[in-house]
Amino acid sequence: MPYLEESYDAAVVGAGHAGCEAALACARLGLETILFTVSVDSIALMPCNPNIGGSSKGHLVRELDALGGEMGKNIDKTFIQSKMLNESKGPAVHSLRAQADKQDYTREMRKTLENTEHLTIRQAEVSEIIVEDGKLTGVKTFSGAVYHVKAAVLCTGTYLRARCIYGDVSNPTGPNGLQAANHLTDSLKAHGIEMFRFKTGTPARVDKRSIDFSRMEEQFGDKRVVPFSFSTDPESIQKEQASCWLTYTNEETHQIIRDNLDRSPLFSGAIEGTGPRYCPSIEDKVVKFPDKNRHQVFVEPEGLSTNEMYLGGMSSSLPEDVQYAMYRTVPGLEHVRIVRNAYAIEYDCINALQLDASLEFKKIKGLFSGGQFNGSSGYEEAAVQGFMAGVNAAMEILGREPVILDRSQAYIGVLIDDLVTKENHEPYRMMTSRAEYRLLLRQDNADLRLRKIGYEIGLISEEEYQHLLWKEKAIEEEVQRLEQVHIGTGEAVQDFLTQHNSTLLKSGITLAELVKRPELDYFMLTVLDKDRPALPEDVQEQVNINIKYEGYLKRQMQQVAQFKKLENKKIPADFDYSTVNSLRKEAVQKLNQLKPLNIGQASRISGVSPADISVLLVHLEQMRHGHRQKTTV
Amino acid sequence: MKTETIAAIATALSNSGIGIVRISGEEAFDVIRRIFRKKNGEKLDTEQSHRVHYGYVYDGEERLDEVLVLVMKGPHSYTAEDTVEIDCHGGVLMMKRILETVIRNGARAAEPGEFTKRAFLNGRIDLSQAEAVIDVIHAQNDYALKSSVSQLSGSVSEKIKELREKILYEIAFIESALDDPEHISLDGYGEKLGGVLQPLEEKIGRLIASFDNGKVMTEGVKTVILGKPNAGKSSLMNVLLGEERAIVTDVAGTTRDTLEEKLSFGGITLNVVDTAGIRDTEDVVEKIGVDRAKKAALDADLVIYVVDGSRPLDENDADIMDFIRDKKSVLLLNKTDLNTVISAEELEEKSGRRVIPVSAKEELGIELLEEEIKRLFYHGEIRFNDEVTITNVRQKSALEESLKSLQMVDASIADGMPEDFYSIDLMSAYESLGTIIGEAVEDDLVNEIFGKFCMGK
Repeated sequence: MPYLEESYDAAVVGAGHAGCEAALACARLGLETILFTVSVDSIALMPCNPNIGGSSKGHLVRELDALGGEMGKNIDKTFIQSKMLNESKGPAVHSLRAQADKQDYTREMRKTLENTEHLTIRQAEVSEIIVEDGKLTGVKTFSGAVYHVKAAVLCTGTYLRARCIYGDVSNPTGPNGLQAANHLTDSLKAHGIEMFRFKTGTPARVDKRSIDFSRMEEQFGDKRVVPFSFSTDPESIQKEQASCWLTYTNEETHQIIRDNLDRSPLFSGAIEGTGPRYCPSIEDKVVKFPDKNRHQVFVEPEGLSTNEMYLGGMSSSLPEDVQYAMYRTVPGLEHVRIVRNAYAIEYDCINALQLDASLEFKKIKGLFSGGQFNGSSGYEEAAVQGFMAGVNAAMEILGREPVILDRSQAYIGVLIDDLVTKENHEPYRMMTSRAEYRLLLRQDNADLRLRKIGYEIGLISEEEYQHLLWKEKAIEEEVQRLEQVHIGTGEAVQDFLTQHNSTLLKSGITLAELVKRPELDYFMLTVLDKDRPALPEDVQEQVNINIKYEGYLKRQMQQVAQFKKLENKKIPADFDYSTVNSLRKEAVQKLNQLKPLNIGQASRISGVSPADISVLLVHLEQMRHGHRQKTTV
Repeated sequence: MKTETIAAIATALSNSGIGIVRISGEEAFDVIRRIFRKKNGEKLDTEQSHRVHYGYVYDGEERLDEVLVLVMKGPHSYTAEDTVEIDCHGGVLMMKRILETVIRNGARAAEPGEFTKRAFLNGRIDLSQAEAVIDVIHAQNDYALKSSVSQLSGSVSEKIKELREKILYEIAFIESALDDPEHISLDGYGEKLGGVLQPLEEKIGRLIASFDNGKVMTEGVKTVILGKPNAGKSSLMNVLLGEERAIVTDVAGTTRDTLEEKLSFGGITLNVVDTAGIRDTEDVVEKIGVDRAKKAALDADLVIYVVDGSRPLDENDADIMDFIRDKKSVLLLNKTDLNTVISAEELEEKSGRRVIPVSAKEELGIELLEEEIKRLFYHGEIRFNDEVTITNVRQKSALEESLKSLQMVDASIADGMPEDFYSIDLMSAYESLGTIIGEAVEDDLVNEIFGKFCMGK
């Protein structure tokens, strides 16, 4: 008999970026929620890079915020530098990235959790899940306490049977020397869950005072900071920012790495986990790009109240002495002192194909999961999954429909669809190239795409929702106005056009037509547009994008319409693919394993070819036909 | 699920010499074993594939017909299933009775296109090959048949795959540069991409152009012979219909108002609008005859204008010449066997067209006419064996879509748009091309294609 038993609605296992979002979502929806962590001091810890956002990850954070998540608000409170990346490219790939003060970030998130109603934080290692008749009924801690719950969300990150490695040193700990969780894996396996072993890594942290910044390029933040959260007033976060620094590796660095590859656990075989291709260690990069004679190194502060600096781009698992040697070949790091070594970390995670698009295990009702446990990499990827898993756990408990975003609605939809549909053998990182409809899925319009859904879930306030409705209207009206206002061929106009190398007007034209010209935009036309109403920056930005890229947006919407057609072709849940003899064996096996919801999802399963899909289409059509005939007879 | 065994008459349902009843499916061999007896009374041995057996089909005790039976084991058959073909005598009644017997013994009547659908479902052929089957069935002359056959063996697929690979490479390049700007640079990429797209667009353009030729091949050229009474239209018609140039078919199912003669001329199918009606008006005022012929010629693909070289030109000739200025047309200066009062040069000058001197009566100059028609419709460029020809409207419009998308990319490059915009239209082009070969899935496509098939294929 367990000596302690308590009951909650929901349990969340792990208090990293996924766990925090899951717990907040459940508690804010009114469910009694208990959040387990092996260390309350490491809530929302950033054990790797000291920033939030970046290419495509920035999209995730803004989408999360639009739906009612916390990450965007938390980074707005704790950033020390902010930058919109890729501004020379199209608006689809603009991406916000902010440097965080790591300690502040952790502290602020903890404060939010501790002050959320219905949320209990408990330091304990969950070692077992309790399942009865295919339904999760509780979790048990290593100390033997039992917690009865209606649903649980597993967000164990990189802690399951974690091992940190550099050279021939191997420590059985989680990141930063924190306690690993060594028991849950066995319980999961006993319930038939298939586990993978992945690895990732982090670079060294070094002492700021040992760096010669004069040999590096200083990287400033943006003059005008754009907040991550749609609820943050931009004026409230304009502040003095810290700098980052850019330097480069060189041939000498690469030679040292090559000479010592045999001592790298990655190449010697000591590490069995699969690492991320897109977030490679410096030794991976040297091996993969033998022609490159230098790689970027970003030197970033870990916070304002510490001298530790992060060496972005140089994660490694080489032995300590090699780390010293290679870092010291980099300009500015000649005399660098290491505070914490670089290391690789290995951990257990699941084969995410076992999950539904709602992030619930297909086989165990009430068991959800999110984050690196699902085989992803990155704080942002983790946070959005934790949020969706938490929301869907809550929806199930509340007897409501699951919230599933598709690939045309959000990067979040792309991420989850990829995870639960495609074979994934390395930590999954979000990338812009993964989103087919990225011109529609911009970071600037995440609120317009998703706030309504957040409001329906119940995590967006009435006030925030009303603001959204006002914004939609303001954008629409301003676009209409520009399409109606004609501008003559007066001297001021022609002068303006000459000044901007734009073709002179022969006759009148609407302002919208002028905005469309490649060399002009909405903001430049302010001088010609006498009756322009005063509108907030974000509204102006939408007006500009909607008019300027109208043709592209329309074409992308057509692509989405085509996509939706296949997405809307539902496959019966109990459909047995082995009854279609013309499907190839491999396809039958995959389809029966994954049970896709619709033809669209089926078409994305690795191992299912377009020919298989055509076969399925014909078959389903025949079934429908046969069925109809039967019912009419 | 067990596949049902299907059967149909695979040859035309007419009183021809030989007819074929085809059976396909898991029980095809069982079915034939039930109804076939060798001369010595033995049952059929279906152990060995691709063997022909001689014997009789019985309906119960009644011997129906003397037949040859071809046994093909799956997957080495058209449908990739066990298949049996019964070569029987071609009377309509006999074929129907044999089919009925087959159906009573375990098969069911096939739906239109079902054999091909099964070939597709069993992975024997891809979608463009399936479409080519329709064209083979409908092909009405040698050229069309060759074109369809080459499509059937996958040459359209190859061309399209080649185009798609090139486009995909560029998409992948842009995407990887966006994901990894540190290691992959997009500097000067727009210009480079423009250079890559140019030849692709030309290739697609050529495939689209081949459609018009392809259409001519499968459907034939609607042809009207114009000319004043007694210019020699009837003689020309007779020459065209002469014993060397056999009538191809009587075109069942033609629903047009006018009757057409379908004939193969130099390998091209000409649908010659019957000029009998026009001949009837010859004893009325000439003008009326010309007007009626002109009406028929309005939507013709080709006008053959016959000029009587033994009579001077009049205003009716001028009228016709004016009328055909914007049409594909051939001018024949007929009656070169008589004393001509008009010279070819004079006529060429007046019409602005090449003039071919012929004598319909003596059948002189006809091969020149043949050359000219080929030149008009194939631009003298098409080599039928190695050029891929697109003969299907769906494929053509997909090609046009992809071309349009590539041109959009050109426009984006010219407008100096950021590189990430290119991939939207590159992707569209890639997808459009994919729909041709079934590599991109369109929801309603598959059934649409198989719906077009006729019975027994």
